[in-house]
Amino acid sequence: MKTSSMTSTATTSTGTRIQLILLVLALLGLIIAPFTFYPIFLMKVLCFALFACAFNLLLGYTGLLSFGHAAFFGGASYFTAYAVKEWGVPPEIGILLGVIGAAFLGLIMGIFAIRRQGIYFAMVTLALAQMFYFFCLQAEFTHGEDGLQGVPRGHLLGFIDLNQPLNMYFFVLAIFLIGIFAIWRIVHSPFGMILKSIRENEDRAISLGYSVSRYKLGAFVMSAALAGLAGGTKTLVFQFATLTDVAWQMSGEVILMTLLGGIGTIFGPIFGAGFVVTLQNYLAASAFPVTVLTGLIFMICVLVFRRGIIGEFNASRLGARLGLRTKQ
Amino acid sequence: MIMIFGIPIQAFLGQLLIGLINGSFYAMLSLGLAIIFGLLRVINFAHGAQYMMGAFAGMLLLTWFGVNYWLALILAPVVVGITGIIVERFALRRLYELDHLYGLLFTFGLALVIEGTFRYFYGSSGQPYATPKLLSGGVNLGFMYLPIYRGWVVIASMIVCIGTWLLIEKTRLGAYLRAATENPILVQSFGINVPLLLTLTYGLGSGLAALAGIMAAPIYQVSPLMGSNLIIVVFAIVVVGGMGSIMGAIVTGYALGIIEGLTKVFYPEASNIVIFVIMALVLLVRPAGLFGRDA
Repeated sequence: MKTSSMTSTATTSTGTRIQLILLVLALLGLIIAPFTFYPIFLMKVLCFALFACAFNLLLGYTGLLSFGHAAFFGGASYFTAYAVKEWGVPPEIGILLGVIGAAFLGLIMGIFAIRRQGIYFAMVTLALAQMFYFFCLQAEFTHGEDGLQGVPRGHLLGFIDLNQPLNMYFFVLAIFLIGIFAIWRIVHSPFGMILKSIRENEDRAISLGYSVSRYKLGAFVMSAALAGLAGGTKTLVFQFATLTDVAWQMSGEVILMTLLGGIGTIFGPIFGAGFVVTLQNYLAASAFPVTVLTGLIFMICVLVFRRGIIGEFNASRLGARLGLRTKQ
Repeated sequence: MIMIFGIPIQAFLGQLLIGLINGSFYAMLSLGLAIIFGLLRVINFAHGAQYMMGAFAGMLLLTWFGVNYWLALILAPVVVGITGIIVERFALRRLYELDHLYGLLFTFGLALVIEGTFRYFYGSSGQPYATPKLLSGGVNLGFMYLPIYRGWVVIASMIVCIGTWLLIEKTRLGAYLRAATENPILVQSFGINVPLLLTLTYGLGSGLAALAGIMAAPIYQVSPLMGSNLIIVVFAIVVVGGMGSIMGAIVTGYALGIIEGLTKVFYPEASNIVIFVIMALVLLVRPAGLFGRDA
């Protein structure tokens, strides 16, 4: 999926300053937010935002559409839940184990998936993730349809009680920021540049001597690990892990968040995730089926709105003035 | 009692039959996907939803208008095919110039809308569709009891598959289709209306899915989600077969259905995932698929 990269070379100095101010304001907003909004809701948004950003690392910056990211998100949420609940490890170790598990799953799935391209890549990842879903349905440790419930949040580093909503919120916020920073670093590293060159023209990247499949696999594993970071954190927030997290609908949801926010932008998926989670919260009480609305948004996005919210904003005149416009 | 590999022959043949029936549906669905992909370069994610619409169309035609199975067998695919034509004409058509992944995403959204709507009106639970009188009952083959309807499904699906294959490989219309697959611009310059051909192809593909749906209605229950898990299996089958050839899609569909059935006899725990495992193995050995050409 071709989306041009967001280079900062064209940035004007005032633009940079405004961008920096916006970033600081956003950070302040995130710090004040739990005092005015329901913390659980905010934490859910942060987890899904990180998940969508991790997914975007693969779709937006490497050009690979994975239809199986639920496996990493949900897989990590099972691993973390099991480690914390059954082995009694502290939360930070639990999340770490979830990340390692997701990265390992990503490695296995990636080895098979990168053998095909484009549409086939999407179908292969979907099928492999479905295989993992059936594994979770039948395996002992996931407790099948019941899932793992009553997962304790525990004490961070042994002394910060995560059962306090505010402590938990700032823990989740810290993980979210670390995750976003990691993605930002990857995208702006030489490695990230090569990923973008693969997205733009795979054949040319090969002819330049890059081992494209190794880079793709690397991106796939990193994306899986970061999706796992989001999944493991989500488990501690809600204190359960269920089949919903590994089902293919979840893979579809993260695609929607990314598409809606803006493929290939750093902040787009965050807005997309916020929008979708808010929507689900509003519709949860009504009889109107969420999937119909989700599907409609999907269709509209694909037909008329392919750059997404942030993508359209960056391309607008205001975006250009802020130095955000995509350089073609 | 006769045993095969330590399994009673009744159980063996029974699962073989179930595998063959599942294979019939796999074959018809992957055939439709392959036809649509061949010409439109769109992976039709809504194929499972259209299969479900076929089953529902049959059921609603019966309850609202008293239309019997045989007439529904023709009407349901026509109705669903027309909805497909509308979708192609007003939406899908705009996506041909873009990356093929947008087609996949659009039809995914379409599938969500269709399934969500049906679930809103009919709930998630399945509803029975009576087997037509002519085909109810069964025959005793000596070693097993064969319900007539299931035998009919296997034979009818083979007729449909071979008929579609003949249509594409042996008729003038099929020749146009194949030519347009190779080079649409050249075909259009000969005065053939390629956009119309694309529209009809999508209609034909979704009609095939609906035909599979109405045929499945008396065997499985009619439910809004009957197509959503099936379509993922069919995707895996399409990856195994490669979408290069129509016959390849048909053969792979039947073969994997049978393999899945036999897995239920020998190692039931793996029967859900055996097709995905085969897909993974094929990817290692022949990434382009068994019948596929390298893209």
